[in-house]
Amino acid sequence: MNKFVVSPSPHAYTDESVPKLMYGVIVSLLPALAVSVWFFGIGMIIVTAVSVASAILFEYLIQRYMMKVKPTHLDGSALLTGLLLAFCLPSNIPFWMVMIGALAAVGIGKMTFGGLGNNIFNPALVGRVFLFISFPVAMTAWPEPGQWMSYTDAVTGATPLGLMKEGLASKTVAEMMPEVPSFLHLLMGKTMGSAGEVSALALLLGMLYMMYRKIISWHIPITILATVAIFTGILWLANPDRFADPLFHLLTGGLMLGAIYMATDYVTSPMTGRGMIIYGVGIGIVTVLIRVFGAYPEGVQFAILIFNGFTPLINKFVKPKRFGKEVKHG
Amino acid sequence: MGLKTFSRGGVHPPEYKLSAGKAIVELPPPEVATIPVSQHLGAPAKVLVNRGDQVKVGQVIAESSGFVSTNIHSSVSGKVLKVDSFLDSSGYRKMAVQIQVEGDTWLETIDRSDDLVRNTVLPAEDIRKKMLEAGIVGLGGATFPSHVKLMVPQGKTAEYLIINGVECEPYLTADHSLMMEHSAEVFSGIQILMKGLGVEKAIVGIENNKPDAIKKMKEMAAGSTVAVQGLKVKYPQGGEKQLVQALLKKEVPSGGLPIDVGVVVFNVGTAMAAYEAVMKNRPLIDRVVTVTGKSLEKPSNFRVRIGTPVSYLVEQAGGLPADTAKVVNGGPMMGKALPTLDIPVVKGSSGILLIKEQESRRKEVLPCIRCTKCVSVCPMGLEPYLLMNLSEKSLFERMEAEKVLDCIECGSCSYTCPSSRPLLDYIRLGKAEVGKIIRARKAV
Amino acid sequence: MSQIIIYTIITLVAIGASAAIILYFVAQKFKVYEDPRIDEVEGVLPAANCGGCGFPGCRNFAETLVKSDSWDDLFCPVGGNEVMANAAAIMGKEAIEQAPRVAVIRCNGTPEFRPRLTQYDGAPTCAIAHSLYSGEGGCPHGCLGEGDCVAVCNFDAIHIDQETGLPVVIDDKCTACGACVDACPRNIIELRKKNKKDRKIFVSCINEEKGAVAKKNCSVACIGCSKCFKVCPYEAITMENNKAFIDSEKCKLCRKCVAECPTNAILELNFPPPRKKEAAEVTESKSN
Repeated sequence: MNKFVVSPSPHAYTDESVPKLMYGVIVSLLPALAVSVWFFGIGMIIVTAVSVASAILFEYLIQRYMMKVKPTHLDGSALLTGLLLAFCLPSNIPFWMVMIGALAAVGIGKMTFGGLGNNIFNPALVGRVFLFISFPVAMTAWPEPGQWMSYTDAVTGATPLGLMKEGLASKTVAEMMPEVPSFLHLLMGKTMGSAGEVSALALLLGMLYMMYRKIISWHIPITILATVAIFTGILWLANPDRFADPLFHLLTGGLMLGAIYMATDYVTSPMTGRGMIIYGVGIGIVTVLIRVFGAYPEGVQFAILIFNGFTPLINKFVKPKRFGKEVKHG
Repeated sequence: MGLKTFSRGGVHPPEYKLSAGKAIVELPPPEVATIPVSQHLGAPAKVLVNRGDQVKVGQVIAESSGFVSTNIHSSVSGKVLKVDSFLDSSGYRKMAVQIQVEGDTWLETIDRSDDLVRNTVLPAEDIRKKMLEAGIVGLGGATFPSHVKLMVPQGKTAEYLIINGVECEPYLTADHSLMMEHSAEVFSGIQILMKGLGVEKAIVGIENNKPDAIKKMKEMAAGSTVAVQGLKVKYPQGGEKQLVQALLKKEVPSGGLPIDVGVVVFNVGTAMAAYEAVMKNRPLIDRVVTVTGKSLEKPSNFRVRIGTPVSYLVEQAGGLPADTAKVVNGGPMMGKALPTLDIPVVKGSSGILLIKEQESRRKEVLPCIRCTKCVSVCPMGLEPYLLMNLSEKSLFERMEAEKVLDCIECGSCSYTCPSSRPLLDYIRLGKAEVGKIIRARKAV
Repeated sequence: MSQIIIYTIITLVAIGASAAIILYFVAQKFKVYEDPRIDEVEGVLPAANCGGCGFPGCRNFAETLVKSDSWDDLFCPVGGNEVMANAAAIMGKEAIEQAPRVAVIRCNGTPEFRPRLTQYDGAPTCAIAHSLYSGEGGCPHGCLGEGDCVAVCNFDAIHIDQETGLPVVIDDKCTACGACVDACPRNIIELRKKNKKDRKIFVSCINEEKGAVAKKNCSVACIGCSKCFKVCPYEAITMENNKAFIDSEKCKLCRKCVAECPTNAILELNFPPPRKKEAAEVTESKSN
């Protein structure tokens, strides 16, 4: 007779697995990828391809030769990091910068902490901020949409947020509005911006898909967007000349991408619903503070990284609601 | 009434009720019966017989040896072969009485007729006494001696009796078939338990994947103070804390028991056994066991004598399928994997599940990706990923602070984890170690 | 410009100096007197912080040594007699020599002797396997082979042999700190007297089952037959719970028991070959 297998219960398991979750997120990013390629053409394709390939390659090399563990580069997480990094970059950035960004993302943002599951900060954002600080000029020159065959020679300009911030120094909001793309264009993505952040609509579709697949819950993205809307709403109501309206803030910059894909990264976000709401409110507030009162036009990347740092603290103090009150037995 | 459910956590494993609707088949006694003396929580019973003694069906062969303990009866008639240690479902050899079966002679006091004897006139104290004498324990799997559960401690009051007809484990259908074929006896048993407990109200909770059972029980209970409530299909609805919360919206306190909120919970099988004990003088000598599995020829519900080897049941269900790699005593979520088929059926054996090779092994363990799925499915509001981490590092005091003792070991966390982490393995280890720490503390 | 620099330098020096003075007085006022010998004793300890002495860390052990009058129960297994002698010298005491000890694995249930009847698929720790069932081999006292003892060793002195599935102790590295003894859920590991040339004689079985059951589980089990007990000239063997136990303090390594044991449950390690052949011949002739 065969030897039976003996193990502790349970003896049944779901189909869910880490690769399935990672590839689920990647699938949800396809609409945004399609829009981006439509608007930014070959530049976007090159940047994405280089970013994804470098992320996977660096993860393999670091795991095999430096950490000396079994390489897990094909589990989907490196691919996702590479893809999200590409989404944060302007589509005309030279390929060698992309590779440095991927190395920073995977090597510094993930592997130094011990690999999957151990990192404190979102790897794609670590890569992006690394590039932003190292190559500020290249990282703030955004190609205009529609230049299909141009790569590094694309004509560039500032993002709507950038335009607004500079413009508000001397003009009012009402005067600035004609200079920024219309809301329809912002929604669909026909605007300057990093490759993946332009189409709010495509990103929202991706969010709905992920919620349907139960990959993410509503807590983080909705809270961040709601906080930004409310905070900017209050400011706009107080002084409509100085502060842009909430809809503008929601549709511009990296907010959609950040709220839906970066802040919801499993490893770096809190473990309970209430914790996620605190995290989301914090990110929303800091984003608006940086955008409106800070030195940079876009604050969501820094806000997310700051609150990634707070996540362990949030996890320590915000516990799930336990079943049953404590009863003191004599 | 609409369907109720519990508010926190829960998972939806596929139901695979392969043996649903299969009529209960009463199996004849085996050739050799091995009856362990500890088939219940609490002190093992003390053996009364010796090698060579003749015993009859229903005879007491081991007696209760403490406050939380109960009697063990012979389920067969014949000669005692050995009183020795035998391998049982605990995975270790434990004291048992092995009997060479000769014929099927029952004690004369047992009423074996099919007549329904309703309406006991016995007072509560006598009901409890009869249940102790009959060796009645919780047949849902926990096997807590039932007469002890009927005794309400000083300072507490019982308001409701809850009957657990949920059977939330996939594959198992023993309780379902009992409710369909013996609803009258079950109902009578419920009334006896109500009297034994001293309550006026009872609720029977049944999951909605058994609409025929809900209908049958409602018919049976019409006009009485026994209510029947349908429940949404969600595991672990059958956990008593979840059941109390779903039916009465009360949460049993952490570290407490259902009696703390005025409730006592019994399984439908226990209700039936209570009826047989009190009205028919029939001790607990058999039970309904579901034998099931995807490759099994005849998934069935058998009524089988305690002490029958599992191999005999598998034979009766069509034989061991060639691709079987795991045999589980119980359901797939909380059952115990058996090392061989040579293990006796005991009072807590609700089912035998044969799992095929392709589904028998765990997947490769990956690091925790902090996806929060384990936290969101835990019905007790715990954080399994954290408890496993603490257990691996032997930080047991911290586990106590994180309420590891509240864990009901339902397995929802390990079931859900996308990284296939053995969460429950480590949590169980933590619970055992925390238990030791607490006992050491009390001893000081 | 230079004025600013001068003012800066003066301010910083003033802050630094006042901070230094304040700190000095505070340190003097709140100084905790510690016996300086504690530092000295700590200096001679091995600094492994392994807990083998039974205290949390070498510093704590040093404190205990300095504060205790009697050193009867105090011993550092890692440093051994040399370190204890050094510590005793600092305290002006006489060091009591203790015989060195070593960890010994008292199970020989390889797949050849103890057939594997099931496959364990749970989390790879002995503690969890032990709570689940007897083990892949069927003997409830047998080694589970998942390596809890290896995980806990601070000195890299123990590892699992892949072929036999049993732990192997490297005598030179073992400091007899006792961590593996505590980690083993089945109490298979014992600290026994370390003899010259690492010679060992011990009953490599702790099972308490009756003889027939034990033999069925494992062919080299101790069946409690008492033959070794009867043949030992030094009364070093005791029988209890169906098993034999050789007291390593009383054992003179004469090896009479090894030859006598019908199941080869008593192991002799690190003895020269010719004698072993003699013993094997004796056992062979017995089994013929």
